[in-house]
Amino acid sequence: MRSRSPLLVAVALAVYAFLYLPLAIVVVYSFNDSRLNAEWVGFTLDWYRKLFADDDMLAAARNSLVIGLVASLVATVLGTMAGIALHRYRLRLLPLLVFAPIAIPEILMGVSLLIFFVLLNFTLGLVSVAIAHIAFCIGFVAIVVRARMAGMDEALVEAARDCGATPWQAFRHVTLPLIMPGVIAGALMAFTLSIDDFVITFFTAGAGTVTLPLQIYSMIKIAVTPEVNAVSTLLMLLTLLLIVVASRLSPSLLRSQEEAPT
Amino acid sequence: MPLLDIRNVTRRFGDFTAVDGVSLAIEAGEFFTLLGPSGCGKTTLLRMIAGFDLPDAGQILLDGVDLAATPPERRPVRTVFQSYALFPHMTVHGNVAFPLQMAGTPARDIPGKVAAALEDVRLTGFDRRYPHELSGGQKQRVAIARALVTHPTMLLLDEPLAALDAKLREELQIELIHLQREAGITFVYVTHDQTEALALSHRIAVMNKGKVEQLDEPSVIYRFPRSRFVADFIGQCNLFSGPIRANAAGAVTLDVEGLGAVKVAAQTALAAGAPASIALRPEQIRIGAGDAAAPADNRYEGTVADLLYMGDVTVYRVNTAGGARVEALLANSQTGRAKFFEPGDRVVVDWPAAAGHFIED
Repeated sequence: MRSRSPLLVAVALAVYAFLYLPLAIVVVYSFNDSRLNAEWVGFTLDWYRKLFADDDMLAAARNSLVIGLVASLVATVLGTMAGIALHRYRLRLLPLLVFAPIAIPEILMGVSLLIFFVLLNFTLGLVSVAIAHIAFCIGFVAIVVRARMAGMDEALVEAARDCGATPWQAFRHVTLPLIMPGVIAGALMAFTLSIDDFVITFFTAGAGTVTLPLQIYSMIKIAVTPEVNAVSTLLMLLTLLLIVVASRLSPSLLRSQEEAPT
Repeated sequence: MPLLDIRNVTRRFGDFTAVDGVSLAIEAGEFFTLLGPSGCGKTTLLRMIAGFDLPDAGQILLDGVDLAATPPERRPVRTVFQSYALFPHMTVHGNVAFPLQMAGTPARDIPGKVAAALEDVRLTGFDRRYPHELSGGQKQRVAIARALVTHPTMLLLDEPLAALDAKLREELQIELIHLQREAGITFVYVTHDQTEALALSHRIAVMNKGKVEQLDEPSVIYRFPRSRFVADFIGQCNLFSGPIRANAAGAVTLDVEGLGAVKVAAQTALAAGAPASIALRPEQIRIGAGDAAAPADNRYEGTVADLLYMGDVTVYRVNTAGGARVEALLANSQTGRAKFFEPGDRVVVDWPAAAGHFIED
């Protein structure tokens, strides 16, 4: 093992502290038996109990889950198709169209989607939010699926055709099983992105529809209560879980170098 | 009627013509080889037979039926890919069963057919293994079993042994010959390895720059190459070129720089002065110390420049007095002697007029 300079270690620790200390504080204070986020009083689960008795919060959570499931499902199907097309056809315009929503500032996307829905006279609500989420999730799924396709031997599809499979059978029995880890990882990513999206949701939700991030925001406008800490902790836990699962299924997702497919 | 009839097939990629007006006919039961350097169009031609690519012009007929409108999955041909192309998410059994499933074989018949195919390639008991658990040679055998399990009319093999080491390659070559003979299936084999082509094939089509240079039996291709390219590509070969000095009574004499007059037995209509070549295999040349050798048609003095000791044979490269380079091969069969000459030795090389092969340029 190479020796590490103490300075490098110190800088690394500082960066990690900067990234994770605020999150740790939120988690710790969600168990604090005090209304104020000032000092540690004692351990309690009261805030979680209160959370699960809060009808507004539960409605928001349900909305978030429904939108997350629908958006990730549709985005996965469309994103997988886009990913395969990106790999198979070397077109100039297609990558731009698919990946632009990732690069465009969220606020721009939110405003333009709002204008778009208003132009179409589309009622803002669960459906408009879901459509907006699908739009920005497709690109993420497409990137993961395309990476997976790039790692696949081209001859395998030809071999399947050669063995008597129609193009659809070749996709169903060979291509799809081989890119499945990428597809699932893409779906999980889409779900996490959808469930904690604030900006685009804020613009496309309209007046009556509230999701979890919107609900949290409206609560902290008054004060950062331990209840917000509790719901944030749960959201963090869910996101973390999904990212771990996604990275397990597609190891290359979180690594710089592409692993050779086995 | 030939089993496969390729008529004037041309395939272009942009400005590059990969296959240029190729016509050839392959008979049922034949072991046919497309041989040539990389980029000669042999793989492109194979892919068009398989259906992965379509000709820009010309026709490919199987049993008299044009294949143009038939997608790969409906052609009665199977391909063995250079990369093996085994499905990594399926076991050996799954891989070999796949073509049967696609063909709609009843589920109860599949295990028996898979077992028989694996037995043919000596892989009984490997059913549950995954491709990544197999060696290169075993993967190749699975690929062959998968290709043969549905008893196709024709098997297309794209450099199937290229990735294997020499020893294993020889072993699999012999197995391929046996398999082909026993299954009675027509093999179309693509390779850039001339020894492999000579060893395996009934007939060889030597390809260069998208065209067939020569189509013949291996021994004919080796002994009577039709062009300088074929002579040079197949085995070691001395090529002597120059204008014709004399042409009479079945013997042609060429004026070769560095050698002078070189005589070869040939019938040609070419007149004196026309350029021509003589192809001469190193093993046809006699090399000696020059003491009382019988007078030969072609006899030249020279010095051994260097030698390649290969174990069974030694290749001597001789510089003649006139400055030409002649390669001669001598079998090391005499007991007690490993080499006959050393670099710097003065030697005489000679060969009869019948040893060389005349090529019109």
